[in-house]
Amino acid sequence: MEPQLEKIAVELVDRAMRAGATAADVTVHESDDFSTALRLGQIEKLKEAASKALGLRVFRGVRSASSFSSDFSAQSLERLVERTLAMAAVTSEDPASGLPDAALLGSSVGDLELYSEDVAALSTEERIDYARRAEQAALSADPRIKNSEGAWFEASVGRKAYANSLGFAGSYRSSYCAGSVAPVAEDGGMQRDYWYSVSRRRSALESPEAVGRKAAERTLRKLGGRKMATCQVPVIFDPETAPSLVGHIFEAVRGDAIYRSASFLTGKLNQKVANERVTILDDGLRPGGFGTRPFDGEGIPSSVTPVVEKGVLSNYLLNCYTARKLNMRTTGNASRGVSGPPNVGPKNFYMAPGPHSAEEIRKSVKSGFYVTELIGFGVNIVTGDYSRGAAGMWIENGEFAYPVEEVTIAGNLAEMLNHIEMVGSDLEFRSAIVAPTLMISGLTVAGT
Amino acid sequence: MGNTDRFFFDRFGLTEANLSQYLGAALSEGGEYADLYFEHTTSSSLLVDESLVKTATEGISMGCGVRVVAGEQTGYAYTDDLAPEKIMKAARIAGRIASGPARVSTVGLSALDAKHNFYPVALPSTDRDLTDKLKLVVQADTAARAYDPRIKQVRATYGDQIRHVMIAGSDGRVVTDFQPLVRLNVFTIAQDGSNLQSGSSGGGGRVGLEFFSGERSPESFAKEAARQAIIQLEAREAPAGEMEVVLGPGWPGILLHEAIGHGLEADFNRKGISAFSGKMGQRVASDICTVVDDGTIPSRRGSLNVDDEGEPTQKTTLIENGILRAYLQDKLSSDITRTTRTGNGRRESYEHIPMPRMTNTYMLAGQDAPDDIIRSVKRGLYAANFGGGQVDITNGKFVFSASEAYLIEDGRITTPVKGATLIGDGPTVLTRVTAVGNDLKLDPGIGTCGKDGQSVPVGVGIPTIKVSSLTVGGTAPRGGQSFA
Repeated sequence: MEPQLEKIAVELVDRAMRAGATAADVTVHESDDFSTALRLGQIEKLKEAASKALGLRVFRGVRSASSFSSDFSAQSLERLVERTLAMAAVTSEDPASGLPDAALLGSSVGDLELYSEDVAALSTEERIDYARRAEQAALSADPRIKNSEGAWFEASVGRKAYANSLGFAGSYRSSYCAGSVAPVAEDGGMQRDYWYSVSRRRSALESPEAVGRKAAERTLRKLGGRKMATCQVPVIFDPETAPSLVGHIFEAVRGDAIYRSASFLTGKLNQKVANERVTILDDGLRPGGFGTRPFDGEGIPSSVTPVVEKGVLSNYLLNCYTARKLNMRTTGNASRGVSGPPNVGPKNFYMAPGPHSAEEIRKSVKSGFYVTELIGFGVNIVTGDYSRGAAGMWIENGEFAYPVEEVTIAGNLAEMLNHIEMVGSDLEFRSAIVAPTLMISGLTVAGT
Repeated sequence: MGNTDRFFFDRFGLTEANLSQYLGAALSEGGEYADLYFEHTTSSSLLVDESLVKTATEGISMGCGVRVVAGEQTGYAYTDDLAPEKIMKAARIAGRIASGPARVSTVGLSALDAKHNFYPVALPSTDRDLTDKLKLVVQADTAARAYDPRIKQVRATYGDQIRHVMIAGSDGRVVTDFQPLVRLNVFTIAQDGSNLQSGSSGGGGRVGLEFFSGERSPESFAKEAARQAIIQLEAREAPAGEMEVVLGPGWPGILLHEAIGHGLEADFNRKGISAFSGKMGQRVASDICTVVDDGTIPSRRGSLNVDDEGEPTQKTTLIENGILRAYLQDKLSSDITRTTRTGNGRRESYEHIPMPRMTNTYMLAGQDAPDDIIRSVKRGLYAANFGGGQVDITNGKFVFSASEAYLIEDGRITTPVKGATLIGDGPTVLTRVTAVGNDLKLDPGIGTCGKDGQSVPVGVGIPTIKVSSLTVGGTAPRGGQSFA
């Protein structure tokens, strides 16, 4: 099957070149997706489908345009090429546009463990059974768990191919599966939380019972949540919420934000932007990682890019376009959906673990706020201003005292980076952007 | 089939016999109901950045989703290929949810003629020249830069979509709709020394390009985006803690969407996992509050002639003078709870299972003059514009983020403050509404709501209102310098 997708990509590139493009590239995606939702032991939803789509980009000199379609028929593709070329006649001349230098193209070698047969091999019954057992474990964990929003199992296998008119063609397969459950606890008020396990291999998933118990534990600890008085205290972000902070750093170092001066880290390259405890890497080669791939959306082989080294900003993350805008070299961060030109996306973007266990970090706090949930979108990458809704636990003398809800935490990302006082050792690669437990001082917690 | 739009019949050679055959396959293992959702969407987008038209993208997405409902269970499959054998395969996969004797669809298919068209468009955007669309983004770019020399960066995006849908149900109903959607967004960055600030604005709806004129011209949206960025150059730290908050008219209606709207979606309530579960007929707002969800407002972004299950949309009173009156229903929830459908069954595309969603959600105008409302506040926050929001359905806690806000001091709007998140409790926040303005305004038409991984276009609206106490998530404690 792989050569076939590649063939589609190569043929469409050729078709575009024959029709008058000066350069072209094509990405083709194909996937088989499954999902099921159960609630209180009953199947609620069962969904299954195969889908495919392709994206075309053409150049007329330094003008470009792009298009996408799920119709792969020759007739449809011919029309697609024609219309895309017509669009490329009216866009602006942009000297920074174009394919990568041919010398940079390539694919990293070796098994990146992106695909595992055991995901597709899993029967529908086994998939349903995982969700059922996870929910059962959550419901039986405690009498206060009285309801459930549901339990889910998802599985997907897919292929991606990319080809361009410089002669690059490549493709790779990937797989993914995840089980999750969201129990509801009641004791006066009602609370909901969730837990999940996710991997590219079925065999690497946690047991459904472990997922269910953890979900129950997380939900129960929210019962009796209260507001607290507005204050400035040390704030600990757990490994579920810390990645969002690192995600904001990703948004601030992406090349398009930099060349537009739309980031508080613009112009800060090789400067100290965080304290020496902070090291952030972007690794495209980590086996089985959710941000791992042999090459990026422009055919650049994957690599490891240091972003912040002991507090010093060492690299922005770039695709070819943003690299040209900034007179730098691409870092292989082109992400490519089917619709539109290459964007900038993370590889495995993470904060390197520190020396402290999560317990050690908690024990070090006399009075503070341990954040387990963040909601809302109150982050401004241009200014670094940060203000989000939060819930979690109040810490008193190093121990959890009571659950906290309906508060906000606010500060500025530039200052927060300099006030990361402790970095946890508990890093786990559960998504493409991850971080360990972090303790940050100087934040305002707003409540009553 | 009456005057149903023949798009799918003409274009893909579909016949009524095909529809019956697919529905038959879907119900071949039993089940109470099946439907087919055919979709063909053409979309285009443009980006002007650094005064260059950098991106032009066009695409087509089409497919058919097959749903089978058996009790409270839903089987779903879809195909992006409308060939008969592919749809039959999807129908059989969806049908596996049921286990029983085949249910023969005995009802003949008949077109449900649309009673109205809430978005007649003389010339759909897809039939317009690309150069007409380009003009919009180029005009926006020019106007934003001309607003003030401190505007250093402008990005303008245009996007449109024409969606043909046909829904055929095993209850015999065949419904079609033609759904246009356009939007224009402008983002700006202002710079004064090392102080960089951003602004954004935009508008749109189920309209053609002629929408973008007068108050809704590219220039107006551009000036608004530029004005916001320039104002932010002067912004001080936002206050932190509970205080009186006045919400301006229009966009701040996102408060209703997050605090009330999601919590009133019938799926959560049927399952007893919403903070509003079991509160029907009870007081959830002060008696000056009446909140509706209305899918029938002409040309609005959140409006639909029929929902994505073929049910005509309507104006539903959710809260009447403070009393909870209705939930937002889709077919499944209304069937299970034996309630009337409200035309709120929506889905992102043929790849998705429908669920209860909002359309245009707003609060009716009240009696108070907006100026009087502001004058009545000694110390508080005036929030004029908002970005996104989010809610935890189960405990009811919601947030929404102010992008333009000011201090109110001694009854006067004074200093602009930095953006801040506001947090509150859905079931109680509206009980603290102590004034409702006479100036109801709907948002400009660029809102998108996400739920369970599905995005749909929505609208919100609100008059100026006063909330006696809401937590503002700034950095300056009360009594501090910037909020003395």
